[in-house]
Amino acid sequence: MSGPNTSYDPVEVAALDPQAVDAAVEAALAAAAAATSLEELKTARGAHQGDRSALALANREIGALPPSAKAEAGKRVGQARGRVGQAFAARQAELETERDERILVEEALDVTLPTGRRPLGRRHPIELMSERIADLFTGMGWEIAEGPEIEAEWFNFDALNFDADHPARQMQDTFYVDPPEGGLILRTHTSPVQARTLLERGVPVYIAAIGRVFRTDELDATHMPAFHQVEGLAVDEGITMAHLKGTLDRLAAELFGEDITTRLRPSFFPFTEPSAEMDLRCFVCRGADPDCRTCKGTGWIEWGGCGMVNRNVLLACGVDPDRYTGFAFGMGIDRALMFRTGVSDMRDMIEGDVRFDAQFGMEI
Amino acid sequence: MRVPVDWLREYVAVPAEATGVDIAASLVAVGLEEEGLHGGGVTGPLVVGRVLTLEKEPQKNGKTINWCSVDVGDANGTGEPQGIVCGAHNFEAGDLVPVILPGGVLPTPQGPLEVSARKTYGHVSAGMICSERELGLGDDHDGIIVLTRRFADDPEALARCVPGADAIAILGLDRETVEVNVTPDRGYCFSVRGVAREYGHATGAEFTDPAADLATRVPPPSSSGHPVELTDDAPIRGRAGCDRFNARVVRGLDVSAPSPAWMRARLTEAGMRPISLAVDVTNYVMLGLGQPLHAYDLATLGERIVVRRARPGERLTTLDDVDRALDPEDLLITDGGVTPIGLAGVMGGASTEISGTTTDVLLEAAHFDPVTIARTARRHRLPSEASRRFERGVDPELAPAALQLAVELLVEYGGATAGDEVTDAGEALPARPITMDLGFPSRIVGVEYDRETVIGVLEAIGCDVLVDGTSLAATPPSWRPDLTTAEDLVEEVARIHGYERIPSVLPTPPGGSGLTHAQRVRRVVANVLAAQGLSEVWSAPFVGEDRLSDLGLDVAAETARTVRIANPLSDEQPFMRTSLVSTMVDAVRRNVSRGAKDVGLFELGLVTALDGPRTTAPTEDVGVLPSEDTLAAIRDAVPPQPRHLGVLLAGDRDRAGWWGAGRRAEVFDVLELVEALAEALAVEVVTTADAAMPWHPGRCARVSLADGTVLGHVGELHPKVVAALGLPARTVSGELDLDALTRAAEHTVVARTLATYPMAQSDVALVVDRSVPAAAVREALVSGGGELLEEVRLFDVYEGDQVGEGRRSLAYRLTFRSPERTLTTDEVSALRDAAVAAAAAAHGAVQRA
Repeated sequence: MSGPNTSYDPVEVAALDPQAVDAAVEAALAAAAAATSLEELKTARGAHQGDRSALALANREIGALPPSAKAEAGKRVGQARGRVGQAFAARQAELETERDERILVEEALDVTLPTGRRPLGRRHPIELMSERIADLFTGMGWEIAEGPEIEAEWFNFDALNFDADHPARQMQDTFYVDPPEGGLILRTHTSPVQARTLLERGVPVYIAAIGRVFRTDELDATHMPAFHQVEGLAVDEGITMAHLKGTLDRLAAELFGEDITTRLRPSFFPFTEPSAEMDLRCFVCRGADPDCRTCKGTGWIEWGGCGMVNRNVLLACGVDPDRYTGFAFGMGIDRALMFRTGVSDMRDMIEGDVRFDAQFGMEI
Repeated sequence: MRVPVDWLREYVAVPAEATGVDIAASLVAVGLEEEGLHGGGVTGPLVVGRVLTLEKEPQKNGKTINWCSVDVGDANGTGEPQGIVCGAHNFEAGDLVPVILPGGVLPTPQGPLEVSARKTYGHVSAGMICSERELGLGDDHDGIIVLTRRFADDPEALARCVPGADAIAILGLDRETVEVNVTPDRGYCFSVRGVAREYGHATGAEFTDPAADLATRVPPPSSSGHPVELTDDAPIRGRAGCDRFNARVVRGLDVSAPSPAWMRARLTEAGMRPISLAVDVTNYVMLGLGQPLHAYDLATLGERIVVRRARPGERLTTLDDVDRALDPEDLLITDGGVTPIGLAGVMGGASTEISGTTTDVLLEAAHFDPVTIARTARRHRLPSEASRRFERGVDPELAPAALQLAVELLVEYGGATAGDEVTDAGEALPARPITMDLGFPSRIVGVEYDRETVIGVLEAIGCDVLVDGTSLAATPPSWRPDLTTAEDLVEEVARIHGYERIPSVLPTPPGGSGLTHAQRVRRVVANVLAAQGLSEVWSAPFVGEDRLSDLGLDVAAETARTVRIANPLSDEQPFMRTSLVSTMVDAVRRNVSRGAKDVGLFELGLVTALDGPRTTAPTEDVGVLPSEDTLAAIRDAVPPQPRHLGVLLAGDRDRAGWWGAGRRAEVFDVLELVEALAEALAVEVVTTADAAMPWHPGRCARVSLADGTVLGHVGELHPKVVAALGLPARTVSGELDLDALTRAAEHTVVARTLATYPMAQSDVALVVDRSVPAAAVREALVSGGGELLEEVRLFDVYEGDQVGEGRRSLAYRLTFRSPERTLTTDEVSALRDAAVAAAAAAHGAVQRA
């Protein structure tokens, strides 16, 4: 580094000439503005701000000035360097922004390209329906009870007042476990959970049992050898048929919408007295089409059986029928899914075709 | 039960304007569900036509058609003969036939069909000459209906058959039949009498009991009545097989006399085929009143009828000509106590059947024990119209009136005379009064029934009601043997008052605990697997030996762990599954065959897992709480049915696409799912190599809990299994005991404080024998690394020349961290060396240079 030039008359130092300084500034500003890339800007900066730039040289001369001139020259050069520095910084920022924007443009992807490296799987809609039903009941303060699918005849029939010789016992299309006298069957309904629950938990009790049941029906569009039911059982002091209707209306509204119309129709089941069938207004014709295929023109669709728990059931489960009353119901979940979503062929529900599940979300 | 509407109108005042639809709607309100409506399907111009000319025209197709001109009077608007093509040949010029003109509508299985004039066989056929089947009158479609013949014995009807007359009324096609479903408790509704009574309850229409009028004409029992002896040395449940047996005799019957057209029409509409006068009359009385009857050829009978149980070894040939071995529980009608002549209440015997030479007839109307009849009908697989009614309970007071009707009909239409032999043996048990608090119906139903309503309903359905203060005693009518308890009476009050008047009220439970742990775990598992790309399925749990053997399982051992269904849908699949994968594979194959090559499925379901010899599950009479021992025996006999989780992956796990190639599913994908579940449930699982069917012996892992409890296996299916089942190559699967996993997930996690000091990482490559499992090396590193070893990650596996034959290099990144301070370089080196030393000691691991 060279020292101040002391061999000149300080007042006449050319580098500190105001015009020269202004010229250097102008040149620097022009160079900064002319730079079209960060690269060019860097070069220009070296030329106009570097150690060998005019302003740097001028700055170096200040030291040699007499004190009287130092202040003015220093101010002039300092302002000039400041202006140049700002100009380069501003241009630097501009060019960086341009570069960043350009990169963002260059990096753009076609976000409409398909995904699907590993598609989401899906829950089975019957399970989703089951969970929805379970949540409704737990939300009302009920609990969810369970039982085995291979069941003792006593739980499936005797405890439920199905006399061994009663025609109703023959109407169940039961799968019997070999040997038939061994007392085991595949449960024909979720109702054995009633007896299991009453024996295990006692009363008062409010439970729903959701699960798979079996009948000897060949698989076709409207029958499955295995299907799903939701059983409800409420036994307490003061339970009435009005509570049964209230609970079923709530369930129907939850699954089919608040505007669903229901009716109770007198029927017969060994384990309830009085007994009823719960019918839903036909979803298709709303009772207006005598040739409707869905409801066969009756205007109503049968959903499931229900009634007040038969005294004999309470007795068989050790509950005092003179103190407690209860209601029970058994509704088809598969049918509910068909009503709700328009599934028209039951085989789709059991065959495991992934396209079936994939139609539904994970919340139904 | 099919109820012809005009028959119903005979017993109850159905409003003239009520249609079949209206009647069905009324009946459903009292518990008789509509099963169908029949009749009324033909509309428009169906008229009587006289065939004027008939030209036979052979066709190229070998058929011969008739080109007819038919006089239909003015029905076609022109009075000119109608040209019609007809393919049937059972009529000739001059015959009267039913003709449907263009615009008329015929019922068909596919729905209503409107008839129009159409060009066929070179003519314009302007209508159709109809057969029984085309009109929905029966199955006969071999020929068209010739009215001249059909009404040969019905001059009144024949007189109405003039060309152009409306044939709908003449053929009874305007008649409707309502079919209702009768629940097993309402045996009395298997009769027009019973349904009419219910219609009266439903609508308030006046019901006239046909039995009441008949009863006024029933002659008293006579000493000349055919002797009948009722015996029972083995009553079932203390109830005699037959408690009442009535009989009448008619003489001089012309068995060839035809049944009247109206009776044949009603029987047909009610779903029974007219056969002969004697048979038709017994069926007519049964359908009308509900009392099954049986007719014997009196000449074939001895002096006395004895009702008794069968003896071992006895046989009987029934009316259907089947020779049957009898069971001592069967109740028999016998001749003189010796020869069986009928299976009581189920089917008569062939030897005493009415024949072409019969002139004198004994009519039986008995009351049999429902249980006896039910068992016999079931035992002999012989459900009959009679047994169906007896099983459900027949009015025990009905027999004399039913016999009176049968006798009157045979006298009127069969030229017979009523014999004065009137038998009335035995006596049915009178109905017992049921006591009930007057407030009981309100308490059960939740509707405030006033006392007049309760008493009024019970009296309306035929009960004798005695009121005593706040309670009543109701004696049910003879036709309601189903009414035995106060609750039965409550149902009557509720249904007659109307179920639609029951309010909708939500009960208020005391509050529950929500879902159980197991139920919540199931949701987590299913949702995790679905989120990992698997679709949930469920499959019927039936398998056969073929499937077990295709899976390479020991068939004998496997079937010993499960139960067989006595009446399977398919004899090929009689067993309950012991694994989910055994039934899930069908879903994989189905998906593949339908074009989905990359399939991931899971199922949560029960399997059977017998762990010892089976015991018998006792049963018990209804309404009885079994003893503790009996209950225990019932519970213990039910086989263990653990809930399993099954997983199957076939094809690509990561699919091919514009991003690049796909990646076939492999064992590690199933293991990753297992690990995901373990993490989701905060359970530690351990994987060890195993060789179990149906998996590839070198690509099978046993999954256990830390305490050694085996959860199940995962692996690539054995190539033989893949081949035998036709699965995609390299299909991988897994099956875990979800119950065991659920139990393991019961613990509450105790949170630890997170260390915030810097971690220090050190990489080591260890060379070990190829036979040393990576998990074992890892375990050694963990034990040697001590508490400060936070994570062990295997990031490379190398086999090749550099490490030598039979050996491999496992490269681990060890992460150390202290909860208290920053570890120094020396400390980390020492910890790493300790970890490596442990691996060296346990497995001869050598650190790779």
